Amino acid sequence: MDKFTKLTGIAAPMPLVNIDTDMIIPKQFLKTIQRSGLGKNLFDEMRYTQDGAEIADFVLNKEPYRKAEIIIAGDNFGCGSSREHAPWALLDFGIRCVISTSFADIFYNNCFKNGILPIVMPQEVVDVLMEDARKGGNARMVVDLEAQTVSTSDGQSFAFSVDPFRKHCLLNGLDDIGLTLEKATAIDSFEAKAKTLRPWI
Amino acid sequence: MTAPRTLYDKIWDDHVVHQAEDGTCLLYIDRHLVHEVTSPQAFEGLRMTGRKVRAPEKTIAVPDHNVPTTLDRAKGIENEESRIQVEALDKNAKDFGVNYYPVSDVRQGIVHIVGPEQGWTLPGMTVVCGDSHTATHGAFGALAHGIGTSEVEHVLATQTLIQKKSKNMKVEVTGKLRPGVTAKDITLAVIGKTGTAGGTGYVIEYCGEAIRDLSMEGRMTVCNMAIEGGARAGLIAPDEKTFAYCMGRPHAPKGAAWEAAVSYWKTLFTDEGAHFDKVITLKGEEIEPVVTWGTSPEDVLPISGVVPSPEDFTGGKVEAARRSLEYMGLTPGQKLTDIKIDTVFIGSCTNGRIEDLRAAAAILKGKKVAPGMRAMVVPGSGLVRAQAEEEGLAQIFIDAGFEWRLAGCSMCLAMNPDQLSPGERCASTSNRNFEGRQGRNGRTHLVSPGMAAAAAITGYLTDVRELMAETV
Ligand code: SF4
Repeated sequence: MDKFTKLTGIAAPMPLVNIDTDMIIPKQFLKTIQRSGLGKNLFDEMRYTQDGAEIADFVLNKEPYRKAEIIIAGDNFGCGSSREHAPWALLDFGIRCVISTSFADIFYNNCFKNGILPIVMPQEVVDVLMEDARKGGNARMVVDLEAQTVSTSDGQSFAFSVDPFRKHCLLNGLDDIGLTLEKATAIDSFEAKAKTLRPWI
Repeated sequence: MTAPRTLYDKIWDDHVVHQAEDGTCLLYIDRHLVHEVTSPQAFEGLRMTGRKVRAPEKTIAVPDHNVPTTLDRAKGIENEESRIQVEALDKNAKDFGVNYYPVSDVRQGIVHIVGPEQGWTLPGMTVVCGDSHTATHGAFGALAHGIGTSEVEHVLATQTLIQKKSKNMKVEVTGKLRPGVTAKDITLAVIGKTGTAGGTGYVIEYCGEAIRDLSMEGRMTVCNMAIEGGARAGLIAPDEKTFAYCMGRPHAPKGAAWEAAVSYWKTLFTDEGAHFDKVITLKGEEIEPVVTWGTSPEDVLPISGVVPSPEDFTGGKVEAARRSLEYMGLTPGQKLTDIKIDTVFIGSCTNGRIEDLRAAAAILKGKKVAPGMRAMVVPGSGLVRAQAEEEGLAQIFIDAGFEWRLAGCSMCLAMNPDQLSPGERCASTSNRNFEGRQGRNGRTHLVSPGMAAAAAITGYLTDVRELMAETV
């Protein structure tokens, strides 16, 4: 997993609420057996017509948002299925950070496993960031994970909170499985105990 | 004396392997269900790192999302990518030695139907699957939830999951349901009330007389859609109905082990005075048969209602409702019963069990589907299909003009050839009405099996109670 430390990039405004994982990556692209290559199909049905032509008003088809690395989204981003193809597609497109008032639980978890930082901010802050993102042009937003701040192109700065363990893993690009396997003895003894308490399992 | 605990607290406490200072826990996983779509990258990860599946005996794999459900499926999967995905699961199951129900096995079916049917899912367990509708298994009083592919790999390698505890939410449905009102209507009505993010950060325990009165099938329908309300999981405390359902299933304990299990299961209830962070109450008798009108499962209305207008909402939902109405091709003020339906789909992990097929068949008996209607029943598993044939339900469907399919996810998410064409409108017993869910630009109205059957007959969204009156 790539580290996430400080990101300075273009933010795309997507104010729609309940952007679900079927919108982020429609099911016809779930047939892959790889993690990479999904970026071209990110938001496929919103981004292209049936014949594959780009839909001009879709935000990620416009300049400068074609190179967006941050999405500012409406409430409940990532609801729906557990498909990790959603963060894979975002990442493959180049998105490293999504900011919203709320995220669906599984999607939120999946982001951290892929080096994407999901940030929850109150509505007033999301409104300010949305406005800033709408400026387009040369406006750049700064997301600093170490300092836990998001700064707009005109220098307003907002603090966010993040789980310390997840922050540590993101900052260092750590792999969860490796960390858990260090606790193998604890797992062994749990299994031994469970075997006597609940032998039918 | 320990403080009173909820059912969720109890199951959680019994599975904590390790707790870090910040509250992050390593939780032991008793059952890991696996399907072909969200697992290939996880198995590949194991191969790349030279890791093994830690507990293959607790891992159960079944292909369901991509498999064709037409009667000629023995000839193989035409779509190359789908075929590769199913073949990858065949190979991974064999290479890593996990329990497996291949497409050719009569026990194959939707993972959330196969798990309980085979007795893999039991009360008090932790159950995960790379699939959000894993919440289904909560009907047994098991802590069950969906995970992403990285977590699938984590569970395969370690049989644990890194988790932070959710908050407790209680959803109580009091009193009796009225005739024609089902578990599906309860679960949709709850989401209509809480919204799709209302459960975010919570594990829901469903309780109350109307929940207790449900069969195990009905309880699975309720818990299945907990995720649509944003909750991590839904739970229902196990009782005699639960034990009766589990008894004698192939992987349920037998003899002395059964007795020991039941006495443990009987401790799985929320203690008097335990704390819930959020409580929601619905009156069972006030719930009507419902349908969805929009493209979010929270867009729920009683069938007697009319299509709302964007101005009925506030905040970001105004724009979302406008977009939904345009997508769905509906006009504010239009009566829901005036909405014409082209396709009816009965199936999915929400409503693909035997009781669902019985409910639909009861409405369809001796009737025909409306002219031009495309209607299909896709049983949730090969065993559900066999039982429905034995009970004569299959014949009722066929006589009515339904296609009688083999088991799989099918048009619930349309990864296989079963899809809606653009603009086509479907009354569906599945769980998601998202844009494009059942096919690009397809329009989905979520309903109960009885309501789906009623729509098939009249060709319009219909109050199932009108057809029930006819049969009495
Ligand atoms: S039936 Fe539908 S919701 Fe259930 S597992 Fe299959 S695709 Fe998912």
